[in-house]
Amino acid sequence: MFKKSGNILLLTLSLALALAGCGGGNGTAGDAAGNASGSGSGGSAEATASGGNESGSDKVEISFMHLWPEGISAGQNKIVNQIIEQYETEFPNVTIKPEVLENEQYKNKLKVLSASNQLPDVGVTWAAGFLQPYVEGGLFTPLDDLLGGELSGKFVNGTTEAYAIDGKTYGLPLEFNITPVYYNKAIFEKYSLAVPETYEQFKQVVAALADNGVAPIALGNKDRWTGSLWYMYLADRFAGQEALSNAIGGSGSFGDESLVKAAAEVQALVDAGAFVKGFNGLSNEEGKAEFLNGNAAMYMMGTWELPNFTTNEDIPKEFRDSVGFFKFPTADGGKGNIDSWVGGPGVGLFVAENSKVKDEAKAFVEYFVQKWGELSVTGAGVIPATKVDTSALQLPQLYVDLFNEMNRASSITLFADVQMPAAAAETHLNAIQSLFGKAVTPEQFSEEHDAAVSEAK
Amino acid sequence: MDKVLSDKRVIALYVLPSLLLILAVVYVPIALTGYYGLNEWNGIGAMTFIGLDHYRALLQDRTFWDSAGHSLLLAVFSTASLVLYFIVALLLSAKLRGVNLFRKIYLIPMLLSSVAIAQLWLKVFHPSSGILNRLLESVGVANPPAWLAEPSLVLYALFVPILWQYAGFYILIYYAALVQIPSSLVEAAKIDGANAFQIARKIKLPLAMEVVKVTVVLAVVGSLKYFDLIYVMTDGGPNGASEVMASYMYRQAFKSYDFGYGSAIGFFLLVICLVVTWGIRKLTASKDKIEYS
Repeated sequence: MFKKSGNILLLTLSLALALAGCGGGNGTAGDAAGNASGSGSGGSAEATASGGNESGSDKVEISFMHLWPEGISAGQNKIVNQIIEQYETEFPNVTIKPEVLENEQYKNKLKVLSASNQLPDVGVTWAAGFLQPYVEGGLFTPLDDLLGGELSGKFVNGTTEAYAIDGKTYGLPLEFNITPVYYNKAIFEKYSLAVPETYEQFKQVVAALADNGVAPIALGNKDRWTGSLWYMYLADRFAGQEALSNAIGGSGSFGDESLVKAAAEVQALVDAGAFVKGFNGLSNEEGKAEFLNGNAAMYMMGTWELPNFTTNEDIPKEFRDSVGFFKFPTADGGKGNIDSWVGGPGVGLFVAENSKVKDEAKAFVEYFVQKWGELSVTGAGVIPATKVDTSALQLPQLYVDLFNEMNRASSITLFADVQMPAAAAETHLNAIQSLFGKAVTPEQFSEEHDAAVSEAK
Repeated sequence: MDKVLSDKRVIALYVLPSLLLILAVVYVPIALTGYYGLNEWNGIGAMTFIGLDHYRALLQDRTFWDSAGHSLLLAVFSTASLVLYFIVALLLSAKLRGVNLFRKIYLIPMLLSSVAIAQLWLKVFHPSSGILNRLLESVGVANPPAWLAEPSLVLYALFVPILWQYAGFYILIYYAALVQIPSSLVEAAKIDGANAFQIARKIKLPLAMEVVKVTVVLAVVGSLKYFDLIYVMTDGGPNGASEVMASYMYRQAFKSYDFGYGSAIGFFLLVICLVVTWGIRKLTASKDKIEYS
């Protein structure tokens, strides 16, 4: 069988496989980029399709990419479909073509599409650091004219600002989030624990739970931004909101004594057994499951998680009823205010600069943001970025309480990984995982951050 | 007909479509990747040509060399496990009772996608509810480790599903090679009084050697560019302890928005794969060919 000719054939084959395989690893990169260079003359399939429709009659097709799949964000998914349906009924000449992807996939696809200049007409984006490269690449169109129209004065203060670069607004926010610590009242009752108001009390609660063999805090730090939330709060409470913001923005330093102390406190919590076992290897979903199963007593997460604790029928009512929240406690001698939150505008909508149906897309965004504001409260139980009168609505108490907390907030610090430019955010997230895993000292942690922030500027 | 097929122009015409296709989807992207590696580019905006800076930075990038070390370790493990696969294939090719069932069992992982395998093993490795730690606890291990969260363990924990995933593939290749060996050779050896081990060592292994060489190349190169299961299971974490070259490339290009640097890593990876393939070919080139008819 293995005569010479067969031999050569096999080896050529294996070599070809090796080559093709090696190429495969970066195929997406190469392909996408390859398209980019050619797209100047070719134009995108998406654009051609909608352009073709336009020339035939008044019919317009708007492609719309979002990240609320039915299986993961049932509430949001329903609202999106509802709004699209209503819009198409009101404007029969418009067809909305939705495409749904899960969070991480969405980010990747957006990246690839933008490299080949094939962005959907309307899509979902994050604020600040995430937005920046897209704006600098001239891919998103300014939406300031929409702010002056029907939507004028509708947004909660501080939400659209996070979407502004050089005085122009490139995205209209849909959600607004703050991050409380949710806790399981049943577990707290069982061990007669009180909601902590100071950091000392918080540590006592952690110790008491750990002694009783209950995991105090559910955390899935494989995703890293989850651990970042804990560091953010400790930093805010010890060093104060301003010092933290300055350090992230580059005008201050993470070497600030109180900020280093905050990093040290993260490791102290790890030593005290505060987080579920193996947290650095668990995804946020897996970490959350520990809380939803009643295995862990506390869970810190943004208010986008609210539906799971209020209206989501898939989760046992008994559990939902036992969920409460508290504000991250103040630290003795710390500069932070208990009403200072980590949070900020969630996702928003952009319109692609090279969209063939830009005006129609903008009109749709205007409509969408308005409808979303009304429907997201009752339908999905998330907090919109637009002002809503909740007094006449029958809403879950947990939702109302958090809504009121938001209005009382003394300051809201935007999530660090959203605020920083992409490369610095990546360093921040890696450093967070190392900090939790005790692979770096708090001092090294601070130095890495300062280096990343100054390099990104 | 013969005349047509020996016409060089006709041959060229027939080869052309696939040649163009290969050029377009394999070689052009490779060349482009190498070129992007010479640029500072976030994947969206304008490119700035910076020459060999990325490649120079790469040589001094400790994280990259760490990840290269992890890839190399995986390659060593994969190659070593080929021995095990070969033994299994030997057993399967022997006409033993119940062998049919095992043939099918070993092939099952091949039928699953990497993501499904990753999800399966995530459940196995779960620190508190995973079957592995439950088992360990039931036999008296007081505090079994959180496998995927321990920087010192995570890589070895990941090797288990990876080796499991490819077992069927290699066993199948070896099996096919072994059943090709004419039974007359084996029977002659038996008559001469050779035992099973001697037959395997002196007859079956040499005759399957060409296939073994191919699988070594496949295993090593496959390991060097390994990505999917690690990406899903640990995302290179914790603290980069399970980062491999391909996942580092992905992180740079898609997470840090450093497309140029990511491309440089990708191109470098290609070069490494080619060099390693060439090296293995050189090392295993046999002078005396064993043939039979």
